[in-house]
Amino acid sequence: MYLADSRNPAASAAAPAPGPGRSARIAPTVLALGTVSLITDVSSEMVTAVLPLYLVAALGVSPLGFGVLDGAFNGASASLRLLGGLLGDRGGGRHKAVAAAGYGLSALCRPALLLVRTAPLIGLVLAADRLGKGLRTAPRDAMISLATPPERRGRAFGVHRAMDTVGALSGPLLAFLVLRTAPGGYRAVFTVSSYVAALGVLVLVLLVPGRGPAPQARGPRLRLGALLRLPALRRTTACAALLGLATVSDSFLYLLLQGRLHLPAGWFPLLPLGTAAVYLLLAVPLGALADRIGRRRAFVLGHAALLTGYGLLLARPGGGLPLAAAVLLLHGLFYAATDGTLAAVAAGAVPEERRGAGLALVGTGQAAGRFLCSLAVGALWTRWGDTTALAVMAAVLTVAVTVAVRLLGRVTGDPERAAADRPAPH
Amino acid sequence: MTFGRRLLVLLVAASLLLGAGVRTVLRAGDPARGGDRAGDGPPARAGAVTLGPHGNEPLLVFRSLTWGSRRDHLAAVPLADPTATRTVAVPACLRFHAAAGTGICLQAVHGVLQDTYRAVVLDADLNERRHYDLAGIPTRARVSPSGHLVAWTVFVGGDSYAGTDFSTRTSILDSRTWTPQDDLESYAVTLDGHPHRAADTNVWGVTFADDEHFYATLATGGHTWLVAGDAVARTLTTVHGNVECPSLSPDGSRVAYKKRVRGLPDDAPWRLYVLDLATMTETATAEQRTVDDQALWLDDRTLAYALPGDDGSDLWTVLADGTGTPALLAAAALAPVVVR
Repeated sequence: MYLADSRNPAASAAAPAPGPGRSARIAPTVLALGTVSLITDVSSEMVTAVLPLYLVAALGVSPLGFGVLDGAFNGASASLRLLGGLLGDRGGGRHKAVAAAGYGLSALCRPALLLVRTAPLIGLVLAADRLGKGLRTAPRDAMISLATPPERRGRAFGVHRAMDTVGALSGPLLAFLVLRTAPGGYRAVFTVSSYVAALGVLVLVLLVPGRGPAPQARGPRLRLGALLRLPALRRTTACAALLGLATVSDSFLYLLLQGRLHLPAGWFPLLPLGTAAVYLLLAVPLGALADRIGRRRAFVLGHAALLTGYGLLLARPGGGLPLAAAVLLLHGLFYAATDGTLAAVAAGAVPEERRGAGLALVGTGQAAGRFLCSLAVGALWTRWGDTTALAVMAAVLTVAVTVAVRLLGRVTGDPERAAADRPAPH
Repeated sequence: MTFGRRLLVLLVAASLLLGAGVRTVLRAGDPARGGDRAGDGPPARAGAVTLGPHGNEPLLVFRSLTWGSRRDHLAAVPLADPTATRTVAVPACLRFHAAAGTGICLQAVHGVLQDTYRAVVLDADLNERRHYDLAGIPTRARVSPSGHLVAWTVFVGGDSYAGTDFSTRTSILDSRTWTPQDDLESYAVTLDGHPHRAADTNVWGVTFADDEHFYATLATGGHTWLVAGDAVARTLTTVHGNVECPSLSPDGSRVAYKKRVRGLPDDAPWRLYVLDLATMTETATAEQRTVDDQALWLDDRTLAYALPGDDGSDLWTVLADGTGTPALLAAAALAPVVVR
């Protein structure tokens, strides 16, 4: 029934023939998944862009307090991510089915927004949306990695992330186009967003090849315990958590940028666009670079950029716009050099039949690290101010990168080698 | 299914969705629908509005929500006859307040890529004196009785470091020196007699006593307080608990505010109360509906506030001493001020 079975029964193992250099094609699966992410992000960012306005202007609901349950939802989302990975690994096209369930759940949340008018229910819908995202992430990344030979995964993830970012940047544009045509038409925005989300699910169902190789002799039923016994995966997860611990959240960085560089208030909403634009431009070239020079080096490069960004914010040579632009450039570069690269490293650390759960584990480790970092930064900032918080984070980042590079050396020492990619002998 | 057929299904579905989307937007934007309602609205005509003085014929100036091309523009009616024909002026404002010939208008700037917001300080003829770009969506605005200080509050999304929470930012501007204080959250807070520092501190809804002292809402750790603020010493001191959007009476003796009352539903949690600052006694007003607004004192006895209405919101009045019954002041109106 699916594209892949009729043509290439072992799409994952054999993906496009490894040609020399960078001219090799991007796997159709990656492009299809990139399209799904692009469309889905258009849909979700349309809503995100107008939601505060809708709450304040149309419903008269105070947007304060929506983050109260954030921690709980993040925890639930992380568990669901692991579940999505484990379910997808059961073989026979389950990655696609689980991803479709996740995208489908988020898509259903858009029309649901049309029905709810009170703060608690809106919070619930936003939470369900987040759960859908948790569910779909691991199987999607697993499909990308399974469709791409190891030595090109950096670029493949870069392509996916770039397409994703195009969607995230165009969503708000579409939303405001709708509001321009229909002033006050928030419900029209949600309706259009529902249609866009439905299209995303359709592209996934119709164009993404479904069935990978049949599960290896119904391999051992996979549990998290078994995963943790993979040394390469353990090290990668530890690295992700450690580096997550030293990565201050975007919103904190933007607060610091505005506060420390005395940027005019009107610039605040534009700061995330700066990071996203750099990320969009550099995700593919840096992904490809990581494939060539080694993912460990790309990691060092990315985190060195972030550290330089922290340093600029601490030292403040000059000020205002040029310095803010430099920090945003470094911030975008950090994401471009590390986000897809981490997924590529993680994919190389788990055999195919455990790919989804392995990727989910690494992602969860990173999310846990970042959450702890947020709590720590919050506490430091409250107690000693932003300079101390930033200085401590710069020190933690230096240590974390040093340790991570040693740990990763064993995983990615030779970019061409990917022992874990070979099916484990039974 | 072959690849070609699948692509065909996708294209057909995409066209249908596109058609449905375009239809949705066009229907929502159909001027005829707005036009129908425009006929029902209060009568209006374009004209000049000034922020006084108006001697013994005080005006009620507000953001008019009548449907049509003049929606959101400032309009004026005689306070004594609020259903009279509205005089609609040029500036469009989401929030507005004025005192002693100084106006503050928080407005949306419709850009190509997205809406941005600005605070515009207006002179008595509603011409712009200066404007300041805002970091988020406007929610409250006030001018001090002398017309010298101006305050505003905006909602900023994703400002909290631990999640996707929204937060408020409140600024005070001295229109004599044009020096803005951009973040009241950085003031020194004394909570129940003790110094307090927390990253989750939010301040909103300033109401001025004079050119130094004001009241506002402070929220931290899931609770709200009425705080007495000092814009020179840069301090905030808690005065009373469970107070949001305070509004100081003209004689400075009482504060009208939103109180979160136990047992009310989550989507309608507030009642309009008045706090006597000398005795700290609370009085519930006769308004039994939930009020989400910073009330305005029309005089020392009467409060005006917005409630949801057919065109977005209507203005209502109720007595401050807890007696009487609420009465409609003006339909399709928001953010009022009395200009004497």
